[in-house]
Amino acid sequence: MNKEPHTKKEPRHVGRRRIGIVTVVVATGLLFAACSSNSSSSTTTTAAGTSSNNGGATAPGVTATSITIGATTPLTGPAAPGYSEIAAASNAIFKWANANGGVNGRQINYIIKDDAYNPANTVTLTRQLVQQNNIFADVGSLGTPTQLAVQSFLNTNKVPQLFVESGCNCWSQSKFPWTFGWQTNYTVEGKILGQYINQKFPGQKVGYLYQADEFGQDFIKGLDAELPTTTVVSRQNYDAATLAGPMSNQIAALKAAGAQVVALATVPAATALALLPAASIGYAPQWVSSNVGADPPTVAALLNSFSKGAAGASLLNGMISDAYAPPEADTSNAWIQAIQKVLTKYDPGAPLDGNTTYGVELGYTFIQALQKAGPDLTRAGIVSAIESSGSKLVTAGLVPLTYSKSVHFGYSGAQIATINNGATTVTGPVYTSTINGPIKVFTGTGTPPPASLLNLS
Amino acid sequence: MSLFINLTLNGVTNGMIFAAVALGLVFIWRATHIVNFGQGSMAMFTTYLAVTLLDRQVNYWLAFAAALVAGLVMGAVVETVLIRPLRGKPALNPVIVTLGLFILLEGMAGSIFGIGNRSFPPAFSQAGLTFGHTKVAFSHFDVFILVAVVVLMLGTLVLFRATSLGLRMRAAAFAPEVARLLGVRVGRILTLGWALAAVAGSLAGLLVAPTVSFSPNFMDLVLVYAFTAAVLGGLDSPVGALVGGLVTGLALSYVGGYLGSSLEPLGALAILMVVLSARPEGLFSRPEPRRV
Amino acid sequence: MPSIPDQPGAGSGTVAADGVPDAVPDAEMPGSQSPDMPSTGGRPSIRFPGVPWLRLPRQPLLRHLLFGAVAAVGFYLLTGSLSAFNNFRLGEIALYAIALAGLSLLTGTNGQISLGQGAFMAVGAYTLGVLMTHTSWPLAVDVLAAILLSGALGVVVGIPATRLKGPYLAGMTLILALALPRIADKYTAFFGGDQGLTVTAPTPPGTIDPQRWLTWIQLAGAIIVLILLANLLRSRFGRSFRAVRDDEIAAGLAGIHVARTKVLAFTVAASCAGLAGAFLGLSIGVVNTGEFSLTLSIYLLAGMVLGGAGSLVGAWWGAIVIVFMPGWSNSIANSFSLGSAVAANLSLVIFGLVLIVVIMAVPTGIQGGISWLAGRGLSLVRGGGQPRGSPAPPAIATAPDITTGGG
Repeated sequence: MNKEPHTKKEPRHVGRRRIGIVTVVVATGLLFAACSSNSSSSTTTTAAGTSSNNGGATAPGVTATSITIGATTPLTGPAAPGYSEIAAASNAIFKWANANGGVNGRQINYIIKDDAYNPANTVTLTRQLVQQNNIFADVGSLGTPTQLAVQSFLNTNKVPQLFVESGCNCWSQSKFPWTFGWQTNYTVEGKILGQYINQKFPGQKVGYLYQADEFGQDFIKGLDAELPTTTVVSRQNYDAATLAGPMSNQIAALKAAGAQVVALATVPAATALALLPAASIGYAPQWVSSNVGADPPTVAALLNSFSKGAAGASLLNGMISDAYAPPEADTSNAWIQAIQKVLTKYDPGAPLDGNTTYGVELGYTFIQALQKAGPDLTRAGIVSAIESSGSKLVTAGLVPLTYSKSVHFGYSGAQIATINNGATTVTGPVYTSTINGPIKVFTGTGTPPPASLLNLS
Repeated sequence: MSLFINLTLNGVTNGMIFAAVALGLVFIWRATHIVNFGQGSMAMFTTYLAVTLLDRQVNYWLAFAAALVAGLVMGAVVETVLIRPLRGKPALNPVIVTLGLFILLEGMAGSIFGIGNRSFPPAFSQAGLTFGHTKVAFSHFDVFILVAVVVLMLGTLVLFRATSLGLRMRAAAFAPEVARLLGVRVGRILTLGWALAAVAGSLAGLLVAPTVSFSPNFMDLVLVYAFTAAVLGGLDSPVGALVGGLVTGLALSYVGGYLGSSLEPLGALAILMVVLSARPEGLFSRPEPRRV
Repeated sequence: MPSIPDQPGAGSGTVAADGVPDAVPDAEMPGSQSPDMPSTGGRPSIRFPGVPWLRLPRQPLLRHLLFGAVAAVGFYLLTGSLSAFNNFRLGEIALYAIALAGLSLLTGTNGQISLGQGAFMAVGAYTLGVLMTHTSWPLAVDVLAAILLSGALGVVVGIPATRLKGPYLAGMTLILALALPRIADKYTAFFGGDQGLTVTAPTPPGTIDPQRWLTWIQLAGAIIVLILLANLLRSRFGRSFRAVRDDEIAAGLAGIHVARTKVLAFTVAASCAGLAGAFLGLSIGVVNTGEFSLTLSIYLLAGMVLGGAGSLVGAWWGAIVIVFMPGWSNSIANSFSLGSAVAANLSLVIFGLVLIVVIMAVPTGIQGGISWLAGRGLSLVRGGGQPRGSPAPPAIATAPDITTGGG
């Protein structure tokens, strides 16, 4: 080890190094000190409020007059377009609730953090929300990989992880009692659309084009459960992380395989990137898209400009999809009217599309859960409120919420939808199902929005 | 067979776009010996400028030209303000500054133009051409891409080979001291190199934008593959950029079409490793004499 | 964790009498032979300048161990006073410091530019994830396997890399960072796909808080790695790294096996990344491809240069920047009370601006700036007007390859 020919020069180094070590430790300590003094000042306010007068509640993030909740969602990066609208739309309905006196007298304070769809960021930010911002619950955070990364942390710390914005099958597990999903899970969607393909296009060759992740795979699982394996002639996918342009290759492969029906499990931008090259080579199969990728305002706007003049939004004509909530194009629907009013007033400039209606509806579900949990708000209280009366909440949904002690999925079904002239219309029976159960026809009716929402000016 | 033809056509179209961005990287490399990681986001930004003009009903070709001019100005400004002061500083620093520029511009585009998916109208129809009875994956717009990039390449060739400006650019790049002694205003020439690079990038942005739903990140992967192309072809060779672009485009297309899209980057990596093992400085790079 | 001031400009071509090019030549510290310092070896200790009673071991390993112990005690005390969240972040700083230190050695000291450090972190994290899923080996074995496997991949990538000049290597490693995680996307059954693989943090003995325990493990890992690297850099290998960076041909003439040296540097950097990746997995609790985006590799390179390329202490500063900067820029952006989406993008603007401004203002990075200030301060204390040995921020490191192409 001692082969140093130049040790004679070291003393100078040592002087500086000694300083280096001390600087490192002290500076790191000071940094944290600075940060904690900042954050503790904000947390103390909340804590002080909690101890002085909390209206009987003892939960973190809850005072007599306020409740602090948080979410992580992509606001920058490749996943941000579209998705970034959701949290702002949820916040719009919270602002509406706040303007109407809050929930049980408490104003909702919604902290939205940008995780850029990177689970490593989600973990840090969620810990910050829980441990520094002292949130009562994590509400409306987006993404499968991102939310899976914090599921264990939130459950261990008994922080409700409410209404995860993903249709993964993972949100209803007995080992994670604090987690709740919200939208219809992708497998159930796949089953309902698979059954429809089977009935409407029997014997036709079917091709798949799906996002190579949980979303795509869960959806395919549902399709496979319904479609005979021999009819599926091609299974194409794309990697969201490397999707740079039109999916010409996948489309060329689907065409070469002779697929007459193509089932899409794609995000809206990817739907456009599939339809365009197909139109370009004159390939016009029957498109069947998951709810996620069939948002006409988004897809049609993209297609319109893509294909100068001629085709445009008409490429979407005849596409079959499914819906668990009223399509935004249905302006005669009282819920859509109410949502439009909420957005105009509290999220001005936001478009009325699949993302914003989703955000408002999800936020409204949370508001109602809060009401059911009552004035003595606790984390356990809101969880048991959702379990006991979650299935009776007023929602915009075409299908009812299915929350119970054992089921933490929200919507669990869908209606078949058709897209024409840039508008989605729902038709036929409303189906409900579970991941392994049979598909049933739902005969109930939806609930109208409350007068307070409708009368919003 | 039709699959192969369509994959090939897609590969060529994408390859031309990679080539245009790679050409920008080559310009910058020849001028300042820096890899510009901001190349993609600079192009993204000028494309947003163009679409902003189009939203205001400005004539299509006017907006197109405006984006190219904006690229020219932006390239010159970036070189003057960010790169020139770093001359003689540790060599990694300008590279990190371009990474900073990349983050900065994407943030700026997100805050100014919003992060929603936008669309950009193509100059020509994107419906595939019909040969015999079959439509192939090659549209009028793809022809336009091809022509635009070929014109760009020819222009570059003429500039470097047949004009005194090109000669001065080469001199400034390869022997700045000598060039300075001979009266070449090296600083200005380097600025010009960056400006031209940014024009090539802007053109690529305008060619990519109509085929994707563009957002502040839309050039990220294009830049990665263009960088692959430039390295493949040799960083100081415009011809290398073209060949590298085509090889990368075709490789991605075949791998994606026959093996699955997840493997596309692995295909690019494999080709890069094979080529660089045989020719460590790319296909068309001239071996640089060692200066002692 | 000593800083290793590298002076490539001064060092290039200087070949010491024993045939080993000397990268820390006399020119670095003019007048450093103060009369109160021993001029020859043989004494067991070194006097601390200005503090005559303090003697430090002459043996580098002992000295580094001593520094490590000081840091360990300091951090131990610090973790005791930090909240759970800040302990979590301290652990993150430690793990990023490991990755940055490896990268700093590879890029700053050896001159090979890598944008693939994130890919090697992915290998480490996935190794840990796979082993935790399929075996019940002790954590230490899993972590060791993570280090070894990513190191092995470092050899595989490092061998073709030996012939590549700066930007060509940068290009290859960039596509590596994009491509490698796609393997996990492709083989979802084995790698867990989107859901990823679950990683369980170690159970602490007794009543120790689990978060604090994990932070201790990560800090201990960082201190050990930094001590080992400091020692490596002071050894024959360290001088070879610098010699190869400064001039491959001269280094070869001086008897250094250039290719082997470069592969060694690559392997060390990859191993560090592997350990950092395993630690990241432990922090997050889940390993999936979303964590290892291109952005990670880019931020690692930026953080390394921002901290001070070629400096191990700089790696620590870089890690602090990576962990704290998003929060800082976000809180600045949020103070303008814009919409959340605009604020998030504005925080990118701030991050980019800080990166550009710091690199332009302090080309040698944070550590370069600090040692320059310290040099001034020290000389002022001594009464000398001119800071001796550091008239300007010292050029901590350069990576000549990316500019000269041909060397």
